Amino acid sequence: MPFIEAIRLALQQIWVQKLKSFFTLLGVMIGVTFLIAVVSIVGGMSRYMTDQVVGKIMAVNSFELRSRPNINIGENSEERRRELRRRQRIRESDIQPVADALPPDVKWAAVGNDNLSAQTTYVAKPRQVQVFTVTNDYFDIKKMSPVRGRLFSPQEFERGMNVVVIGQDVATYFFPGLEPIGRQITVRGIPYTVVGLMEKQGSAFGISFDKFMVAPHKSPLNRYVNVHGVIDAVMIQTPSREGMIGAMEEVRQVMRARHHLRPSQKDDFELETSDSALEFWNKIKSYLVFAGVALPTVGLVVGAIVIMNIMLVAVAERTREIGIRKSLGARRRDIMSQFLVESATLSTVGAALGVATGFAFAKFIAMVTPLPAAVELWSVLLGISIGAGVGIVAGVYPASRASRLDPITALRAE
Amino acid sequence: MSQDIVRESLEAPLGVTAERQAVVSSGATPGKDWVIVTRGIKREYDMGGEIVRALRGVDLAIQRNEYVAIMGPSGSGKSTLMNVIGCLDTPNAGEYWLNGTQVSSMTDDALARVRNKEIGFVFQTFNLLPRASALHNVELPLVYAGVPGDERKRRAREALERVQLGERVDHRPNELSGGQRQRVAIARALVNNPSILLADEPTGNLDSGTSEEIMKVFESLAEQGQTVIMVTHEPDIAAHARRVIVLRDGLVASDDRRSTFVEKLGIP
Repeated sequence: MPFIEAIRLALQQIWVQKLKSFFTLLGVMIGVTFLIAVVSIVGGMSRYMTDQVVGKIMAVNSFELRSRPNINIGENSEERRRELRRRQRIRESDIQPVADALPPDVKWAAVGNDNLSAQTTYVAKPRQVQVFTVTNDYFDIKKMSPVRGRLFSPQEFERGMNVVVIGQDVATYFFPGLEPIGRQITVRGIPYTVVGLMEKQGSAFGISFDKFMVAPHKSPLNRYVNVHGVIDAVMIQTPSREGMIGAMEEVRQVMRARHHLRPSQKDDFELETSDSALEFWNKIKSYLVFAGVALPTVGLVVGAIVIMNIMLVAVAERTREIGIRKSLGARRRDIMSQFLVESATLSTVGAALGVATGFAFAKFIAMVTPLPAAVELWSVLLGISIGAGVGIVAGVYPASRASRLDPITALRAE
Repeated sequence: MSQDIVRESLEAPLGVTAERQAVVSSGATPGKDWVIVTRGIKREYDMGGEIVRALRGVDLAIQRNEYVAIMGPSGSGKSTLMNVIGCLDTPNAGEYWLNGTQVSSMTDDALARVRNKEIGFVFQTFNLLPRASALHNVELPLVYAGVPGDERKRRAREALERVQLGERVDHRPNELSGGQRQRVAIARALVNNPSILLADEPTGNLDSGTSEEIMKVFESLAEQGQTVIMVTHEPDIAAHARRVIVLRDGLVASDDRRSTFVEKLGIP
């Protein structure tokens, strides 16, 4: 029997028994729904992580020289922890040699960062703020610009003046209903003049990126952020991806020389890229994808069992039809393919419905959460082909039973 | 001229019996005039340890264009014989030649092909697919013969017109009367131009008026040269055939021309 004919017949059969067919394909539908939804959500989270979170933490084509990893991935052994504790810190004195080793088109910035309590005369309660002290290229590397006011002038950087730019949350809390530019904010008893209000940075997983203030590296704040001449990081950004590898190598050599490391010794500092952050995310992602595949599998197995059962019932109910078809010249393989196509069509329709509901589910998630759920083509194709596969696997036994029926007995069936 | 030949075969001359015997006993491949030749066909069933000998050595020879009725009381083996002739069943022993080909030892799939090409079934219970239209029911044998869609539809329509159902192609079986259903079944049986039209109690589920109507269809098909074999237990239905074979206990009890059969029964 021609293939198209068989599919048409199968669709007809499904249409005739709409409700029964719906329940039959529910299992496959749920399985595929989960698959599509989980893949979309994980995909969305992945994009979110790459664009929003990692992009916020780290700029493009940039890396950071740190003493210890900022983004700590996975399991740390006791030995590794001890090694990290023993490491030398990155010091003020390391900045210039590192900067000197970099090619001229590379931007760099020393960064210190700490949580400090700040207060203003407008609000009674002091509050913790992420305080950064940075050198000239910082805002350029981070692609941050003010919505009002300005960034620091070269003189302010050079002379370490008491000026800060603040994030949106800091402005709202400390200067309620007031224009923050030109007003003062006090940290550790020293007042700083707000010269700029930075654009909104957004948030990730409910943690705001707008609770910060930034001061010049040479300002008095540096004393509290980078205690005893120890700095947190040197941020380095190259114009291209390729340049980054070279720059990393340069920095590595300088730091190894400064730390007097022998060739056999490992680096006792970190060169962290956005890849390190992504690696962390990829680890989480692989668990999520595993769950996203394991859960639907349960649904699909249940779906397969249901379909097999329904097909066995269908074969029993349609014994006479099989007898008629055989008497008219249907061969075993004609009957076999008829029932196989029927169960494959049934479960493919289920899978298609599953794709639709999975899609809707993902859209719903995208609507109520900040995650951009992206339905990926491969998951749709995978879903549909899994659907067809489940149908074929579940249909083999019933179909072969049907094809083996004796025409005389089948014709006599009621 | 051709009409004469048909007449002759419908009321077979006396010499024919000897010819049949010669074909059956020769052991050679029958000539192409002989649609059906069976030689000592036996069929036994194992019914829970008890061997039922349904056919105990049936010899038959049926020529092209014959209109034959197979009769017999229940248990005589006529259904089994019909299944064997229709290639739905294979004998335990003996030879069955259909159109000069021995089919008694064929595989399932080969038998399916033979059923498709050579045999048109008409059943007592019509055996139409309930959810399919008359046209689709008639199309079925062509589907399995691999005939492409357009030609299939055309030929199915033609077959339905042959049984005066050209107006009802889109009706489903439950929208048709019993007689009409049986005519759909006849159209389905004829659509692939089979060598034999094989009818199993074709009037068993019909009232006498409708039975007559169906018998007229058979009559005219036989006159057009279609070989018709009909299994029935009703003598007045059998009396429509030109030749009547009576089975008893799995053996041929008598094989007569209609005139002889009618005479014996005393049917006017």
